[in-house]
Amino acid sequence: MKILVCISHVPDTTSKINFTDGDTKFDTNGVQFVINPNDEFGLTRAMWFKEKQGASVDVVNVGGAETEPTLRKALAIGADTAIRVNAEATDGAFVAKQLAKVAQDGGYDLIIAGRESIDYNGGMVPGMLAELIGANFVNTCIGLEVDGSNATATREIDGGKETSTTSLPLVVGGQKGLVEESDLRIPNMRGIMMARKKPLNVVEATDASADSSATKFEKPAPKGAVKLVDAGNLDELVNLLHTEAKVI
Amino acid sequence: MSVLVYTETENGVFKKAAFEVASYAKAVANTLGTTVTAVAFNANSTGDLAAYGADKVLNIKNDQLSDFNAKAYANAIKQAAQKEDAKVVIISSSADSKFLAGLLAIGLNAGYASNVVSAPESASPFTVKRTAFTNKAFSFTEINTDVKLIGLSKNAFGLVEASGAAAEEAFEPSVADSDFGVKTTSVDKATDKVTIADAEVVVSAGRGMKGPENWGMIEELADVLGAATACSKPVSDMGWRPHGEHVGQTGKPVASNLYIAIGISGAIQHLAGINSSKVKVVINNDAEAPFFKAADYGVVGDAFEIVPSLIEKLKQFKAQNA
Repeated sequence: MKILVCISHVPDTTSKINFTDGDTKFDTNGVQFVINPNDEFGLTRAMWFKEKQGASVDVVNVGGAETEPTLRKALAIGADTAIRVNAEATDGAFVAKQLAKVAQDGGYDLIIAGRESIDYNGGMVPGMLAELIGANFVNTCIGLEVDGSNATATREIDGGKETSTTSLPLVVGGQKGLVEESDLRIPNMRGIMMARKKPLNVVEATDASADSSATKFEKPAPKGAVKLVDAGNLDELVNLLHTEAKVI
Repeated sequence: MSVLVYTETENGVFKKAAFEVASYAKAVANTLGTTVTAVAFNANSTGDLAAYGADKVLNIKNDQLSDFNAKAYANAIKQAAQKEDAKVVIISSSADSKFLAGLLAIGLNAGYASNVVSAPESASPFTVKRTAFTNKAFSFTEINTDVKLIGLSKNAFGLVEASGAAAEEAFEPSVADSDFGVKTTSVDKATDKVTIADAEVVVSAGRGMKGPENWGMIEELADVLGAATACSKPVSDMGWRPHGEHVGQTGKPVASNLYIAIGISGAIQHLAGINSSKVKVVINNDAEAPFFKAADYGVVGDAFEIVPSLIEKLKQFKAQNA
């Protein structure tokens, strides 16, 4: 089985978010970048398929040279080959079209992407990719088994979960649950050394247009100070929630 | 030309989110000077939609489409959009809508903006405000395609009542066998509990509860408020509560009217996930917990005393206001 894991290069979850150039660009100053958490769960599940079922695992990112350390980290975790599509990831549709080209050229059976990136939260790439290459698709995937060309996938729905049967080629939008948090791997020294020798192929972008552009950013208005209520006076809390906040 | 809105049903009855997206569609249609057509699958009755601005309802009655299937539903909505010559198509932020969004966007050659929080800033260029960086910021996004697909953030626009009558129209989209490459075999869903996605009130608890055996009072508080229960990441990682309850950056987003956090310190990743909630109440014994900076109301003290007492006060309140 040939697996492709799509890796988004995103600010660490603890990052302070700021903007520059008149609030038109994300300020990367002092920001540490990581593998998108939703993608990392997928990558770890792919490692399981590699170790238990002999799958090959490639990783791909659409981005500039600055994203290569993130791809190297994926190689250090255990991916075989990395591919970087050399282009600025302008919007989800653009990224999906680039990934579709990589997916078709590589003839992958299973493509795992995160349900969304934690930076722009578009949540569109996995579905668009599946539709572009005519593969089956399961989103918010929290369980995945593959047996030959058949797959069983569980997805999170509002208030529960749903299990489906499907077949390869398959695209999943993954998230926590594909593996547990405790299954995530921190690259060891041997992995990091090996990753340096693994291929990281840079391919040029295919001609594709973006459907949208973020023209400006804004931070939420600062919050007013918290109103503290004495633990011995919860009547006041109930009263505030009823008369002031009007939520009960 | 019209604005098309996908109004979701559960067992033939419209979800609350359906009325919110219909209200939103009406606002968009007013901006563009056009009408709203809703599309629904196997709705028992479509009359309710008129009260929220739908001018016409395409009610698809098809046994093959009795259960949600992302590909088949996306295909049917696409045909409805083409029939209506819709330039703007609106969906919700439910798990199902987000599932079919990417498929539908490619099918319609539509640019897609998810997590949109308000009516378009301008019609030309078509610009919407959406959340980004997991609620740490907003992004103004311009969509350049002829057809636009908008995913409305939950509880962002609210319900706006309108007067009028919605004409129901039968619509029979073509359904292909190739739409069913993914077949649902089982659904595991608690039917007696409010889901985090639908809840107006969410009661959430963290490590401060000391152990899973202490969740009884959290469930009772949720029960009194008609709320959904949720938890912080460490709690779900330790297996105290199911993963489906984990809210935060890598868990579920919460956009309720009221969010009550008990024994949760308020890590930045947690706050990002719950930031869209309108009113936040924090109960924590550590007055320095970062959550107090993000909250509207706070109580400093022992949750094991405050929660049972709050339950009593709320019961009294309900009895007086019943």
